[in-house]
Amino acid sequence: MSYSPHTAADRERMLAAIGVESVDDLFADIPAAVRATRFDLPAPLTEQEVRAELARLAGQNRIPRVSFLGAGAYRHLVPAVVSEVIGRAEFSTSYTPYQPEVSQGTLQSIYEFQSLICELTGMEVASASHYDGATATAEAALMACRLTGRHQVAVSTAVNPQVRRVLATYCAGPGVEIVEVPADLSEGRTGLTDLEAAAVAVTDDSACLIAQQPNMFGGIEPMAELADAAHAVGALMVAVVEPTSLALLAAPGSYGADIVAAEGQPLGIPPSYGGPYVGLMAARMESVRQMPGRLVGATRDGQGRKGYVLTLQAREQHIRREKAASNICTNQALCALAAATYLSAVGPQGLREVADLSATQARHVAAAIESAGLGERRFSAPYFAEVAIRVPDATGRHAALAEQGIVAGYPLGSDYPQLADTLLLAATELTTDADIEALIAGLESTR
Amino acid sequence: MSVLERPPTGDASGRGAAFASPKAGDQLTIIEPLIFDSSRPGRRAVRYPSPSSAARAAAADQPQIPETAVRRTAPRLPEVAELDLLRHFNRLSHLNHAIELGFYPLGSCTMKYNPKVNEWAARLPGLADSHPLDPDPLAQGSLELEWLLAELLKELSGFAAISLQPAAGAHGELTGLLMTRAYHRSRGEGEQRTKVLVPDSSHGTNPATATMVGYTAVTIPSNPRGGIDLDALRAALGLDTAALMITNPSTLGIFEDQIDQVVAAVKEAGAIAYMDGANLNAILGRFRPGEAGFDVMHFNLHKTFSTPHGGGGPGAGPVGVSERLAAFLPSPLPVLAVGDPDEVRSNAWSGRPTPAARFALEEPGARPTTIGKVRAFTGNFGMFVRAYTYIRSNGGDGLREVSDDAVLAANYLRVRLADAFDLPYDRICKHEVVFSGRRQKRQHGVTTLDIAKAILDHRIHPPTIYFPLIVEEALMIEPTETESLETLDSFVEIMHGIASLAETAPDELKQAPRTTPVGRLDEAAAARRPDLKHDFVTASTAPSVHQELVDRPQAAGKG
Amino acid sequence: MSTTPPDDRRYSREHEWVRVEGAVAMIGITSFAADELGDIVYVELPEVGARLTQFSSFGVVESVKAVSDLFAPVSGEVAEVNGDLRTSPELLNTDPFGSGWIAKVTLGDPAEMDKLMDAAAYAELTAG
Repeated sequence: MSYSPHTAADRERMLAAIGVESVDDLFADIPAAVRATRFDLPAPLTEQEVRAELARLAGQNRIPRVSFLGAGAYRHLVPAVVSEVIGRAEFSTSYTPYQPEVSQGTLQSIYEFQSLICELTGMEVASASHYDGATATAEAALMACRLTGRHQVAVSTAVNPQVRRVLATYCAGPGVEIVEVPADLSEGRTGLTDLEAAAVAVTDDSACLIAQQPNMFGGIEPMAELADAAHAVGALMVAVVEPTSLALLAAPGSYGADIVAAEGQPLGIPPSYGGPYVGLMAARMESVRQMPGRLVGATRDGQGRKGYVLTLQAREQHIRREKAASNICTNQALCALAAATYLSAVGPQGLREVADLSATQARHVAAAIESAGLGERRFSAPYFAEVAIRVPDATGRHAALAEQGIVAGYPLGSDYPQLADTLLLAATELTTDADIEALIAGLESTR
Repeated sequence: MSVLERPPTGDASGRGAAFASPKAGDQLTIIEPLIFDSSRPGRRAVRYPSPSSAARAAAADQPQIPETAVRRTAPRLPEVAELDLLRHFNRLSHLNHAIELGFYPLGSCTMKYNPKVNEWAARLPGLADSHPLDPDPLAQGSLELEWLLAELLKELSGFAAISLQPAAGAHGELTGLLMTRAYHRSRGEGEQRTKVLVPDSSHGTNPATATMVGYTAVTIPSNPRGGIDLDALRAALGLDTAALMITNPSTLGIFEDQIDQVVAAVKEAGAIAYMDGANLNAILGRFRPGEAGFDVMHFNLHKTFSTPHGGGGPGAGPVGVSERLAAFLPSPLPVLAVGDPDEVRSNAWSGRPTPAARFALEEPGARPTTIGKVRAFTGNFGMFVRAYTYIRSNGGDGLREVSDDAVLAANYLRVRLADAFDLPYDRICKHEVVFSGRRQKRQHGVTTLDIAKAILDHRIHPPTIYFPLIVEEALMIEPTETESLETLDSFVEIMHGIASLAETAPDELKQAPRTTPVGRLDEAAAARRPDLKHDFVTASTAPSVHQELVDRPQAAGKG
Repeated sequence: MSTTPPDDRRYSREHEWVRVEGAVAMIGITSFAADELGDIVYVELPEVGARLTQFSSFGVVESVKAVSDLFAPVSGEVAEVNGDLRTSPELLNTDPFGSGWIAKVTLGDPAEMDKLMDAAAYAELTAG
C-alpha cells in the first residue's frame, strides 16, 4: 500500500507544469555510472497483511510471565493517561519547535519537564533531553572536561557497564582518558565504590568522578564522601541516578553533585527492547553554557503574553558548528513529555509509593531466597530496589528458568567475571508476592 | 522591559481566577498555566497498592537505607487529578502545529504522513514489553525484526552491513566518524589523517561531529551550480584527509551530478566517503549510496521511513557501511546464529516464520575491532518497528513511488513559485527546493523571517529558514510525497499572496503572526536572563493562585 | 543604521576598536559589528590578568542567532573588564562605543596601533 494522494491525472498536471515528459527526467542528473542497478525489496503489503506480519514478529517474542530483570531498564506501570498524552498527534507529529508561535504546546511541556527534573534532582538547570542515560552520562563527562579544562575522567566500576561502554566510546573521540575506580566486590564486602581507591584515583588531572546511585548492584553509595573526594582535587562530581529512587534517596544537589545524568525510562516509558528512552541531564546554572542539548526558556511576546522559546542556542551545532558543545540535534522530546506526564500523574505521593514498593519487594525477594536456603546476598551494603544474590550455578539456572517464562534477573558474570555465580534481581511496584513465590518455586525446581 | 509589566486580565482556563467579564481588547497574558499552578496538596491521579504484610515482614530484616542517604524534603511534583492533568496537556497540544493538522513543508526534515498502522505495531505488547536484556531465546521476535530491518536497509542503500544502534542522525554521524578513525588507525594512518572535509552547504551537525571525534573540520566551497566545487575538493584532499562528509542530494535540494567523480577523488586520497543520508527520501530506488562507492551513511528513520518526529525526537539514525568499515560497527549486532539468510528473508517477505532460525546478539568480544557501544542496548527499537512496518507496507514499488512523488511535488513548487521568489539555483531539484527572499528584503524590507511568520497565519508550518547558510534569506521548502495537489496549490496561492503583500503592505507582514496563541516572542530577553524552570519560591509566597499566575513576570528579575 | 565611528580611536578589520589613554587601551566592538550580530545576549569576557595578542581571539560574543570570536586589536595584559556586560549584554547593541566597552588592557607595544585603521578608513571599509 502507498500513502500517496496523487492520481494519474495529478501527476500529469504536475509534470506538465514542470515541463518534463516523465518523472525519470527529474532524475536525469544522477550520473549514469552510479544509478541504482537493483532495488530488490519485498512486495507491498495491505494493512491487514502488514498487521499479520508484525503480529507474527511480536508472537516470536516470549514475554516472561515473571521477571526480575532490571540492570538499567525497568518494568513499571505506564499509566494509561501517559500513553494517551504522548499519543496525541499534535505532540507526536510536530518537530523541533523552530517556530515558537505554533509550538507552545511542545515548548511549555519541555519547560515543565526541565522544572520537574530540577526538582527531582535538586539541581538548577536541566536539559530538554538526551538519547538515553548512557549518552547523557558520556556527555556529562565531556562537559566536565570543558568546564575544568582537564582531559581525564574517573569512573566507578559499580556504574552500569552499558553506561561505561558508551562513556568509553564517547571519550575515545576527543582522546579523554578513563580511570577506573574499583568497587569493593570481594566476598562479603560492601559492593560499593572504594572510597580510599577513589581518593587515589581522582587527581588534579581528573575532570570528574562518575558514580551511580543506587549503583549497578542496587547498593547505596556514600555519594557525599565521593563528591568530597572529587572536590578536594578540583574535579566535578557526576552523579548517575535512577529517577524513581529520588523519591526516597537524597537529591544529588544536596550531596554536592555538579552534573546529574540519568536514564528516564522508568518514568512512564515501556521497555520496548531498549528504546526509545530518554536521557536526563541536570547541572548548576553557572555551567549552563557548557551544557549540551536543547534548553527551553520563558519570555514574553510583544503584547506581554508569556511564552516559551528554545534559548541559549549559541551553544548548539546549528549556530556554533565545529565549536558547538555537542553535535546533538534531534533528541527524545516525546519521551520527555512521557516523563513529564508521568511525574505529574503520580505526584510526590505516587512516586514515593513506587519507590517504597520497589524497595520493599526487593527486600522481600532477597529474604525469601535466603530463608529458603537458595542463595544469599552477595554484598553487605544496604540497597534500593535491586539486589545481587549468589546462587549456585547461576547461569545454568537462569537459562532453565527462562524456559519456564521466569527471568531470574540479570546474570552479572558476563560483565563481572568474579560475580559469575551472582544474579542481579530487580523489583518494582509491579512485582507481586505471587511473582516471588514463582521465582522461589522455579529456583527450587532447579536445585 | 515594559512588556513584562503589562497588567494581565485573566488566564485561559478560568480556573482559580476571579470572575470578570471578558471585554473587547482584553489580552490573555497566560495562555495555559503551568501544571504546577493547578497543584493542590492531596490531589492525585495514580494510586498504587500497599505492600502485603508478608512483604513488609520479610523486608524488615534486610538492611535498611541509612539515614544519611535519605531524602529530607519530598520533590515538589504537581498534585493533580487525572482529568485536570489530561485537560492541561490536551490544551497544550492545541497550541501546536502538527502534520496531522496541516501542511508542514519544513525543509530538510521530511515531514511526511506518519501512518497509524506503524503506531499500532509499536504498541503491540509482544514488542513494547520486550526487555532489552531478556535472554535471546525469549526475544526472538525483537531480534528477527532488527535483523530483517537491517537486511531491508542494506538492499535499499547498497551497503554491506548495518548498525541500528545510533539514536538520531547526528548520533549516526558520530558513529560513522568513530568508525572512520578506527579504520585509519587500523592502517597505521590514524595520526596523519586529522581533517574532515565538509561542504559549505552542510548541516551544522557535520562540523560539530568532526570536532567531537577530535577531527578538524575544513569547509569546501560550493560551485555556482550549487554542487561541491570539485577543484577545491581535489585541492583540499590529501594524506591528512580522514573523510569527506557530503549530503546528497545537498541541502540545496540538488543532486551532486558529479558524485561519481567526488567519490573517486576521495577514494584516491585514501579517505572515507561519508554520505549524510538526511535527504534519502529523494532517491529511493534511483541511487544506492553503497553501490556508488560511499563507505558510510546514516539513515534518518524519522525522515525517510515515517517514524513520528515527536516534537524533536525520538528519531533513529542507523548507519550503513561498506565492507572495509564493517569490522568497526558498534556492538552488539543482531545476528542470524542458525539458519540460511536467504530462506529467512524469503519466508519473512511472505509472512512466514522460519522455525529453524535462531537469532542472537553478538557475543561480547566477538568483534574486537568494534568501536564499542554508542548508546545502551541495541537502539531505538520502537522506531525500528515503525520503520519496518512502513517499508513492508510500501514495498519496493511503493518506496520508489515515494521518492518519485516527493521529487515531483518539490519541482512543481519550484516552477509554480519561481515568479514570486528568487531561485538562486534554477535547475531540476530533488525532494526540496531552496528559494531566497532577498528580493523582498532589498526592495521592500520584508525579511524571510517576516514571510515565515506570515505563513503561520495560514495554518501552515513555514519552510526551514536561513538555511543553508550559503543562500541569502533562504526559504527551504520540502513538500514530501504525502501532500495532495490541492494542498500544494493552496500553498502556492498563499505564497503568492504573501509575495504581493510584501510589495503593497510590507508593514502588515512585520506584524505577523496575528492568529497564533502568542505573537513573536522576545528571544533576546530569554537568552539574556534565562528563566529555565518554574520558580517555586515566588509562587509559594504569592497571595492567591490568581495573583500567582498573573503577577509572576519573573523573566525580568531572574538570572 | 550604524553609528559613525568616533575618530578618537582606531579600528581593526575584525570590527574591534581601541582607544588609548596613557598606558591603558580600552577595547570594544563597533556598532557595525553589533548590528551584524543582532541582539547580543552574552559576552564571554577575558580574565583580569590574561595576556592578549594582537589579532588573536580573547573571548566570544553571542547573539540570538549567531556567535563570533572577539579578536584583540592590540596586545597587552587585561587590567579590567566591563562587568556590567555580564548582566546587561545589550549594552553592546545600545552603546558599543561607550558603556558597552569590553576590557581595558595595559598596552604592550604602542607600535601595534599603526596596524589599525583610523575612523575614516574604517567607515570606508564598512560602507555599502
